[in-house]
Amino acid sequence: MDTKHIKNDVDPKFLKKHQESLYDALEDKHTTVEILDEDPLNTKMVLNMGPQHPATHGVLRLILQLNGELIEKAKLDIGYLHRGIEKIAENKTYQEFMPYTDRTDYLSPYSNNVAFCTAVEKIANVEVPERAHYIRMIGSELSRISSHLLWLGTMVQDTGAVSFFLWTFREREKIYDIFDHIGGHRFTISHARIGGVANDLTDDALAMIKDFVNEFPQELKDFHGLLDRNRIFFDRNRGVGVLPTERALEIGATGPTLRGSGYAYDIRDFEPYARYDEVEFEIPTRLEGDNLARYYVRMEEMHESIRIIRQCLDKLPKGPVRTDNAKQAYPSKDEVYYSMEGMIHDFMMTDTGICPPEGSESFHSIEAPKGELGYFIQSNGTGHPWRLGIKSPSYANLQALEDMLDGEMVADTVIMIGGVDPVMGDSDK
Amino acid sequence: MEPVTTTSYIVLGIALFMLLNSAALAVYAERRVAAFIQNRWGPNRVGPYGLFQPIADVVKLLLKEDVTPARGFKTIHAIAPMIPVFTALMTVAVIPFGDGLYATDINSGVLYILAINSLGVYGITLGGWASNSKYSLLGGLRAAAQMISYELPMGLAVASCILFAGSLSFIDVVNSQEVWWNVIRNPIAAVIFIVTAFAEANRTPFDLPEAEHELVGGYHTEYSSMKFGMFFLAEYMHVVVGSMLITTFFFGGYHLPFAGLWLPEMGVTAKAILDVSVFVLKTVFFAFLFIWVRWTIPRFKYNQVMKLGWKRLLPISIFNFLGLAVIVYFWHHYIA
Repeated sequence: MDTKHIKNDVDPKFLKKHQESLYDALEDKHTTVEILDEDPLNTKMVLNMGPQHPATHGVLRLILQLNGELIEKAKLDIGYLHRGIEKIAENKTYQEFMPYTDRTDYLSPYSNNVAFCTAVEKIANVEVPERAHYIRMIGSELSRISSHLLWLGTMVQDTGAVSFFLWTFREREKIYDIFDHIGGHRFTISHARIGGVANDLTDDALAMIKDFVNEFPQELKDFHGLLDRNRIFFDRNRGVGVLPTERALEIGATGPTLRGSGYAYDIRDFEPYARYDEVEFEIPTRLEGDNLARYYVRMEEMHESIRIIRQCLDKLPKGPVRTDNAKQAYPSKDEVYYSMEGMIHDFMMTDTGICPPEGSESFHSIEAPKGELGYFIQSNGTGHPWRLGIKSPSYANLQALEDMLDGEMVADTVIMIGGVDPVMGDSDK
Repeated sequence: MEPVTTTSYIVLGIALFMLLNSAALAVYAERRVAAFIQNRWGPNRVGPYGLFQPIADVVKLLLKEDVTPARGFKTIHAIAPMIPVFTALMTVAVIPFGDGLYATDINSGVLYILAINSLGVYGITLGGWASNSKYSLLGGLRAAAQMISYELPMGLAVASCILFAGSLSFIDVVNSQEVWWNVIRNPIAAVIFIVTAFAEANRTPFDLPEAEHELVGGYHTEYSSMKFGMFFLAEYMHVVVGSMLITTFFFGGYHLPFAGLWLPEMGVTAKAILDVSVFVLKTVFFAFLFIWVRWTIPRFKYNQVMKLGWKRLLPISIFNFLGLAVIVYFWHHYIA
């Protein structure tokens, strides 16, 4: 390289413009980066992380101002996975929109289905049969375990232990097989329906769930055994990314992120939906607010989920799995194939769908694995929502990340992202 | 220093050939062991039991496009990957593989190894710098800092072995362990040496120059094709060399445990075969240890590595060295 004209070489126009936009982004956080054209050594290093980065859990982008290995200021840039799902909802019937909810937080599709269907049922006054409630709870808790397992695998992988990822994925595989047998889909299950669920649990699905519930606690114990006394893992997580309770509440963090900061807020307990008031479970809470606290909270939540599934299996009542009112839910296939009314109702449900009363609006939230997942629906009396809003947990929890990152080290970024456990599909909608 | 004989050339030739192949075998072993740890099969398609997988890997690397970053320093970018390979190859010159089976016996062999081994980091740091990428730069800087911090405890751990041998020649170091392995006489230094050997080879838990997760490959982010392949092979050669050094310094080299007490006299050929087999077995075990650790435990953070190096390993190795020096002095002057 010709050192005489080094400036022409290392300071091309595009890079400069790009660099300045990064500085501007940091300026929003009241951080000024002196740009000294003459002496590059006097300028602080601004590291752009993502949106194409393997450890930012999708397309999260971070702009870090570094002092050596230390992060002085961090700026978050989200929205790279915005797909306009809320707008899409306005042109779909309620039932048609339901599969889209699978694609928001794609790690716990069942919870999203339940959240959306419950919101619609609330606005349209649909009664859901008992058995459907319990099936929904089983599905939601399985998806919670599946989501937490992915978090565990990726978070531990971010600290550097690569094999763990595959061990948790083996367990997730079992849950996917269960979903395959429950609803015919492994990943985006779309099993819940407005007014109930698509179909009853098959015998082999039930057997598989029972097997899983019996075997999983041992696996969980193994995970604990591997990590709890692992000094490196412990040191990497303890005291990293501390989020005080007040700050967590201010930001609006929910789910394990908030409970790890010492505030026992869980919608399953605070405002029970489905039949969560009829099962017993604890709300794991930790006071430290660091990454290790969030680790313990999620691990214990998996224990509690198993406990809930056990109780649901014991209590599972007999009966229909979808409401028997053809104006509110799809009639069963028997009716559709063998009676004219059933056929007409099926057609009407597909064409127009369920029509909540004009002017009614509702907000209903559930405890998704990542936190509070709420659906806000305004109706104008037609089969489409007039306005549908999603309160996604990842979006709120990500806001805490900027706070946590300031003053930590570069190596901590990825495990803090892992600790908050965002899903960009959920955050950007 | 002994005159260079035909045996030297033969041993050097075979050793280099074996080292180059051992890197390929280590790649295969790493993938199979990793698969075993992760409940997978691993490579089992290319050749019997997937044994030709490394060849397929190298052919793939050779066929890849060789990319140099637009504003990178092209010359250094090209030279950097060769440095770790050369340094790894140069180490075999002084390692004794058996009784009389060594390429050369220089009277400062230990110093030579320490010097050569730490040169490898130049490749990583220069490669990181020449790539014109912030991630690579951070990786390169981490490698440099880590090398400086861990070179000192390593040197002191080796020095405490020299106390028993009374010579800087590798042959003497190995022969001093004919009855008592250094790991028994000097266990603290053995642990320190193994830890620092991991750090020198940039392997988990000290792989932060690479740091796949936050630095996306660190110093070799911007490398592709055979340039990356060189870094890749160098890493495995350093694993093998590191295992050889652990074996030589602390686990008796080519000696069986307490060999001096019970091993009968035997012919030259039989002894050579036995020595080389013992040495290879020990090396394979430590190479396996490297792989085992890599796929099991997490990675340190930069400040934790520094803390471990300067606040734990260095003082312990200094006191260990001083303590052993006093003991050895009194042993020689008053007891023995």
